[in-house]
Amino acid sequence: MDAIILQILNGLDKGSAYALIALGLTLIFGTLGVVNFAHGALFMIGAFCAVTFSKMLSFSHTIIDETQKDFLGNPLKVDVPYIHDLFGQATGNAIIDWAVPLSILFTIPVMIGIGFVMERGLIKHFYKRPHADQILVTFGLAIVLQEVIKYFYGANPIPTPAPAVFAGSFDFGAMLGFDANSIIYPYWRLVYFAFSALIIGAVFAFLQFTTFGMVVRAGMADRETVGLLGINIDKRFTIMFGIAAAVAGLAGVMYAPINSPNYHMGMDFLVLSFVVVVVGGMGSLPGAVLAGFLLGILESFASMAAVLEIIPGINQIIIYLVAIIILLTRPRGLMGRKGVMEE
Amino acid sequence: MFGLNKKDTGILLVVAFLALAAPFILNPFPEGSAMAQFNAGYPDLMQRLVIFGIFAIGFNILFGLTGYLSFGHAAFLGVGSYAAIWMMKLLTMNVVPAIIVSVLFAGLFSLLVGWISLRRSGIYFSILTLAFAQMSYALAYSVLTPITGGETGLQPKYDDPRILDGTLEAGQSPRANLFGLEMNDGFELAMGNWVFTFNAGYYIAAVVMLIAFYLSIRIFRSPFGMMLRAVKSNQQRMNYTGLNTKPYTLAAFVISGMYAGLAGGLLVAMDTQVGAERMFWTASGEVVLMTILGGAGTLIGPVLGAGFIKYMENIVSKINKSVLEQWFAFMPDGIEDVMIALVYPFVGKGWHLTLGLLFMLVVIFLPGGLVEGGQRIAKMFRGKKASDDTTDASKTPAE
Amino acid sequence: MSFSNPTRRGLIKTGAVASAGLALPTYLRADGHAGFTNAPQGSTVTLGFNVPQSGPYADEGADELRAYELAVEHLNGGGDGGLMNTFSSDALKGNGILGKKVEYVTGDTQTKSDAARASAKSMIEKDGAVMVTGGSSSGVAVAVQALCQEAGVIFMAGLTHSNDTTGKDKRANGFRHFFNSYMSGAALAPVLAANYGTDRKAYHLTADYNWGYTTEEAVRSSTEAMGWETVAAVKTPLTQTDFSAYIAPVLQSGADVLVLNHYGGNMVNSLTNAVQFGLRDKLVNDKNFEIVVPLYSRLMAKGAGANVKGIFGSTNWHWSLQDEGSKAFVKSFGTKYGFPPSQAAHTCYVQALLYADAVERAGSFNPCAVVEALEDFEFDGMGNGKTLYRGADHQCFKDVLVVKGKENPTSEFDLLEIVEVTPVEQVTYDPDHPQMAGGSLGSCNPGA
Repeated sequence: MDAIILQILNGLDKGSAYALIALGLTLIFGTLGVVNFAHGALFMIGAFCAVTFSKMLSFSHTIIDETQKDFLGNPLKVDVPYIHDLFGQATGNAIIDWAVPLSILFTIPVMIGIGFVMERGLIKHFYKRPHADQILVTFGLAIVLQEVIKYFYGANPIPTPAPAVFAGSFDFGAMLGFDANSIIYPYWRLVYFAFSALIIGAVFAFLQFTTFGMVVRAGMADRETVGLLGINIDKRFTIMFGIAAAVAGLAGVMYAPINSPNYHMGMDFLVLSFVVVVVGGMGSLPGAVLAGFLLGILESFASMAAVLEIIPGINQIIIYLVAIIILLTRPRGLMGRKGVMEE
Repeated sequence: MFGLNKKDTGILLVVAFLALAAPFILNPFPEGSAMAQFNAGYPDLMQRLVIFGIFAIGFNILFGLTGYLSFGHAAFLGVGSYAAIWMMKLLTMNVVPAIIVSVLFAGLFSLLVGWISLRRSGIYFSILTLAFAQMSYALAYSVLTPITGGETGLQPKYDDPRILDGTLEAGQSPRANLFGLEMNDGFELAMGNWVFTFNAGYYIAAVVMLIAFYLSIRIFRSPFGMMLRAVKSNQQRMNYTGLNTKPYTLAAFVISGMYAGLAGGLLVAMDTQVGAERMFWTASGEVVLMTILGGAGTLIGPVLGAGFIKYMENIVSKINKSVLEQWFAFMPDGIEDVMIALVYPFVGKGWHLTLGLLFMLVVIFLPGGLVEGGQRIAKMFRGKKASDDTTDASKTPAE
Repeated sequence: MSFSNPTRRGLIKTGAVASAGLALPTYLRADGHAGFTNAPQGSTVTLGFNVPQSGPYADEGADELRAYELAVEHLNGGGDGGLMNTFSSDALKGNGILGKKVEYVTGDTQTKSDAARASAKSMIEKDGAVMVTGGSSSGVAVAVQALCQEAGVIFMAGLTHSNDTTGKDKRANGFRHFFNSYMSGAALAPVLAANYGTDRKAYHLTADYNWGYTTEEAVRSSTEAMGWETVAAVKTPLTQTDFSAYIAPVLQSGADVLVLNHYGGNMVNSLTNAVQFGLRDKLVNDKNFEIVVPLYSRLMAKGAGANVKGIFGSTNWHWSLQDEGSKAFVKSFGTKYGFPPSQAAHTCYVQALLYADAVERAGSFNPCAVVEALEDFEFDGMGNGKTLYRGADHQCFKDVLVVKGKENPTSEFDLLEIVEVTPVEQVTYDPDHPQMAGGSLGSCNPGA
């Protein structure tokens, strides 16, 4: 029982990352009708926003410490962050410690900016082109973005720890009356889950309760008619692209402490997030979220040792297997609208 | 000729000429010159160019004709490769049974995958094929290690059974051959500063590619090809006329799967090893890129696209800093450093960046791929000529 | 008439003069020439450095390439000579190899066996490389080694740790300086027993491919011999990035040690995840919960950051070693590039020098002569103490380092500290040890 609860918890956490990425993808597909293969790269750039921000915080000058030696026997050069000079060592370190949450403030404008530039500069010209062309051009863009990041940050993962307060894990077992240590879960992952629930809620509320959201939803349903009503839907779609990019970026920022960011983390997520979107139903926002969580939980169950003993290798293929079954039995995905991308 | 119309015969002859003269065409620069870096006329790359050409031709039969975008074709290539290497391990190092079996196995596997995947169309079809391919890759890399060799892949070994071949002499390693003609047999021809390599394996692959290309022309021009194009333009209408399109699309899927298997078998014949990475989704993505880059739905496009990508991968990735220093050595020091700093991010380990940029440029400016680029250039020349003609014509009477 | 281009460059150069640019076709035949593939002609010899330049191991590949460039510089008499000054063999004079200036070509393995073979083939077929070296994974090493055997050139493996490279997939033309899974297990087990006791329950997470299997087997058998119990061994997909689903159940199993048979990105992520779960703060069976990483590299330690502190593992070489060879290498590498070399750089540099030395001693570039010179060659002064290149499987036998993540690093390179130098006797095994079973070297192939 405790093992099952643990994997559900796990699945929810894993699923929240899938759901956030799939949500952004679906926003872009639903509003603009564009299949964006560069979405994984946006997620990756988000994570690197955290890296960049913490690097900026620890921007430092060098002093030479004669008492210590470096590996060649020369006097050791010690980097002192400017932030220490500004706020003193204790406060300075505390700020550096909180780099990841703080970098959210830095990420939002950067990602919205990148989203705007991408939409105006490239995606705009591809609305009328076939999906294959969209896939190809965004795939090319993803490679370029990836290589640019690699050029500046190298291929090795860069550790980006969460604030020290969130180190360690919470013992649900003790709370629910199981043995101590039987259900433990890291604080930061709980934060991630809460954070993504918040973002998902915010996006839905935005689309549901604001006039802007209403127009965009109308545009998703019937772009032409909305245009005929004299509403400048293009401008709104640009903004939606910016928001989708920001959602991907935020998913990335908060993910940085979970897995050290590297330049190809976007590609690792890309295929999976497409499977999530399709299983959820192309163009359906609730579908994307539901499928994200569902596949996260299933993946967690499949990686249990007991399951692997019965079916070796099931953890490698479970997601694809489920995708095949769902697509064959429910062609539109879990919550897809009739008529969207059925052909 | 061969039941083709004049234009198609022309294309076939051009491809045949390109393939047969490849050792010359791909080695335009003299040995030892700074430009020799760009020579591609060595056996391995030439073989890869035609083999991936076959792969792309096959993919184009499915994608170019029916519009079904498969994201899992590398799985068929992989299955073909594994089948071929097992024939070489168990039966004989002769490439004929290996290639036949690889086509057969890939055909069977694509029949299974196609039968299931073709129940859906559009992006759903793409995801289904992707799912099958990713499952094949994941299993081949891990659980199926006893059959596939997993991470280290499979190579023929000295002590494999090979029941049709006699036992090897001690110290001999098994070599792929065609009735005794080894794949790496060949000779070199030196003309002045140029060296041209002629390789048996390459010509065998090239002949297979020509046959494959010829078959694809026949398919494109046949009533069956017409039917597939009709599926692409409007499948619903086809269904309403009471016609079941599935047998046609399934046939196209299996044919293109067999092409992929053929390419996989040939890869093993030329370079006797298989690794599971050749089934990874990026490998499936690569053939999509080749086809679209060259020009989907055109006859020659996929071959061009395949050549283009493989050339980039093998040539540009080998340009390192010291090569750049050689190139720009004639410049004054300061400018040399600037030039190296400018070019270096795009070559060697940066070859992916160049590839990505080129994809984007081609897709943005040449939606029809390289073939469209070629047509535009041709039109430009023809247009010029035509206008020249008219000016000539206008001049003539005056004289 | 079998294909080869032994004479390519040389004959072109001389041939060009002879034919004075006349476009008279000349047939180049393999027979009748030096009798082996790519015999160097003229005053230069070309080596092929085949390292990952794209993909997850690109940084490791970049470090390998730096080491090779340094080795070439030293071989050609440049720089401070590096390890050539401490090497027990004094055949190398700093005048190239056999008086020929060393040139090199580079290629990208992409850490894919297909791409690595394509790249190595182009070095052999196009550039006339007489030796290929490098790589950062066992899949690539085995694939390229088999290719070199067929083509008749020498392969000096780079970083490859799987038993298979010199076990079931060994080849006569291939040599490995790096240590292997068996040695890691044999070196680690006593240190683990001394630090954590002999009454431990281990939980293995194993990367689901060949290297993972051999490492798990090696660590399991040597720790079980010490009295440990293995409660579970779970395979994780290579493409996995989030290991939470595998780590969460560890505590429930009653295990008190977690062994992560992962490398590269897998290891960075699984270790980060395990530390996140707070495993190391837990008490299980009244013992502190511990984590072990059988194969360490500095680049991985850098990626995992503070999470490596206090965690045991093994490594082939580390720059903080204080013998003359290591100091000399760190000095020349550090002076040239500004930071200390990684173990990948070290093994690649040493391999390049060992090859050059073997050619000098053999007096020929012929692969068979080189094989003979390297087999059962004993040397010292390369940073690992006394080392034997065993003839039976072409594996180097030398001391193995057991290291631990440093608690208080003084710089971004100072991440590991050496706990013990396990003497070579303790990690030596029979060539037909069950973990190495199957496969045979065959005999050397000089090619055409």
